[in-house]
Amino acid sequence: MVLANIGISMPVFWLGLMLAYLFGLLLKDTIFWLPPSGRLTAGLSSIPFFEVWGWDVVSGTAKSRVLEFFANHYIFNALITGNWEIFKDAIRHMILPVIALSTIPMAIIARMTRSSLLEVLGRDYIRTARAKGIKNTNVVTKHALRNAMLPVVTILGLQMGGLLSGAVLTETVFGLAGVGRMLVEAIYARDYPIIQTFTVMVAVAYMLINLIVDISYGFLDPRVRLE
Amino acid sequence: MSKLGRVSKTLSDNFDEDLLLQEPMSVWKRTFKRLWSRRSGKIGLLLIGFIFLIAFTAPIIAPYDPQEVLIGKEIVKLKKREGPCIHMLGCDSAKPQHLMGIDGNYRDQYSRIIYGSRISLSIGFSTVAFAVTGGVLLGALAAFFGGWIDNIIMRLMDVILGFPSLLLAIAIVAVLGPGIRNALLAIAIVTLPAYARLTRASVLTVKELDFVKASITLGASPTRLLLFRILPNSLTPVVVLATLGIATAILDAAGLSFLGLGAQPPMPEWGTMLGSERNQVFSAPHLVFFPGIAIMITVLSFNLFGDGLRDALDPRLND
Repeated sequence: MVLANIGISMPVFWLGLMLAYLFGLLLKDTIFWLPPSGRLTAGLSSIPFFEVWGWDVVSGTAKSRVLEFFANHYIFNALITGNWEIFKDAIRHMILPVIALSTIPMAIIARMTRSSLLEVLGRDYIRTARAKGIKNTNVVTKHALRNAMLPVVTILGLQMGGLLSGAVLTETVFGLAGVGRMLVEAIYARDYPIIQTFTVMVAVAYMLINLIVDISYGFLDPRVRLE
Repeated sequence: MSKLGRVSKTLSDNFDEDLLLQEPMSVWKRTFKRLWSRRSGKIGLLLIGFIFLIAFTAPIIAPYDPQEVLIGKEIVKLKKREGPCIHMLGCDSAKPQHLMGIDGNYRDQYSRIIYGSRISLSIGFSTVAFAVTGGVLLGALAAFFGGWIDNIIMRLMDVILGFPSLLLAIAIVAVLGPGIRNALLAIAIVTLPAYARLTRASVLTVKELDFVKASITLGASPTRLLLFRILPNSLTPVVVLATLGIATAILDAAGLSFLGLGAQPPMPEWGTMLGSERNQVFSAPHLVFFPGIAIMITVLSFNLFGDGLRDALDPRLND
């Protein structure tokens, strides 16, 4: 829990910069070296799958935009075209941003699970389960954890909002050309339509995620299911 | 242990009555005792005290002015973004000591970090003060009057809660324009609904208690009822949330400053210091490392203190 407490107190951009320094520079000549920025190593380029397969696509049309949307997911594109060099490179570029962005929600979820599980473990039916002679691991994982998941799932949904805003900071640190980076550049340029659109789109996404969370309560706890 | 202590001494062979004769203790004194008995509360409290000490004595412990450009004022020529020079760790004693190095504008990083504690603490406290005042007022009004007032206030709060907090803060700052005051306002606005909701829930339960009904019977006016009877008895959860809110406010303000939307450059704010030197992380890691550590310790202390306070105020957990 010391780690979790430190985890929730870290600024995500600082963690990202420190990871980039540690894995990008200090471990440069070891096997642990990881690329600190960008999506692909300079010199490598991802060839869209429709070009590899020789599809007849006129650029600028709606069809080509849809195909480019999928081809821009480098990992997916490399996977279906079987280009393992690009695949490995794209994965390696993703490791640091993923660690930086996921550490803080991980700490929050760990804390929440702990307090929720402690509360559930004090209930009577847990004592009953232990009295029946069920193995401790089974009591914790099957009886307690499932009932302790409800607040954790709520936090999970709320954390998605934190992830969306954390993405703005992480993309800035790791030089990724994502929507978060686009928002920051739009703010510097005073490009209000982009800021407005982005805010509304994120709010819609956030709402949908929380709707899914609300629906998932029914699966986790049959008592809250609507008749 | 005045009068009661003497009585209890004579009764010490009877444990139950001895317990009855315990000196009465106020809620906050008992809370403090329980907070101090927990490790996290104790560490948090000590760390907060330490940071406050640094903030108050900043002009004494900081060796340089935080905005003083040291170029041309040193005996030994300084390099831009020079690493830390500590005499104890074997740095040349002819050189002046710079515990955390020199930043990109030839300023002493250590002094800037020390002065930054003042800014971060005032950001945390003023944001939370603003959010708590607004939130408690709105929440209390909503719960106390109910009906359409309740509906209007709480739906407005729901709208704000519909956005991820830091993103809404970024959007507000983008509209108002960058600057530390606007960043404070933005963070206060996005954290306000949490306090409003909590106060509303708390007031709703307290409103139905018997002592409030007794007060109504005695002819108390609605203002008196709300301000002197209900609010003091429903603020306990708000205090805990506010303590944790200081931590979040400092973290969010640092994030905004990092993006260049909060405190503006010559100001020694930790997030700004990190943001302005972020491209130099490979050549001058000390300029990124120390501000981050400072943010982390400050936020950690308020988080630990808030956790300890929550446990100490929880009547279900006995000591």
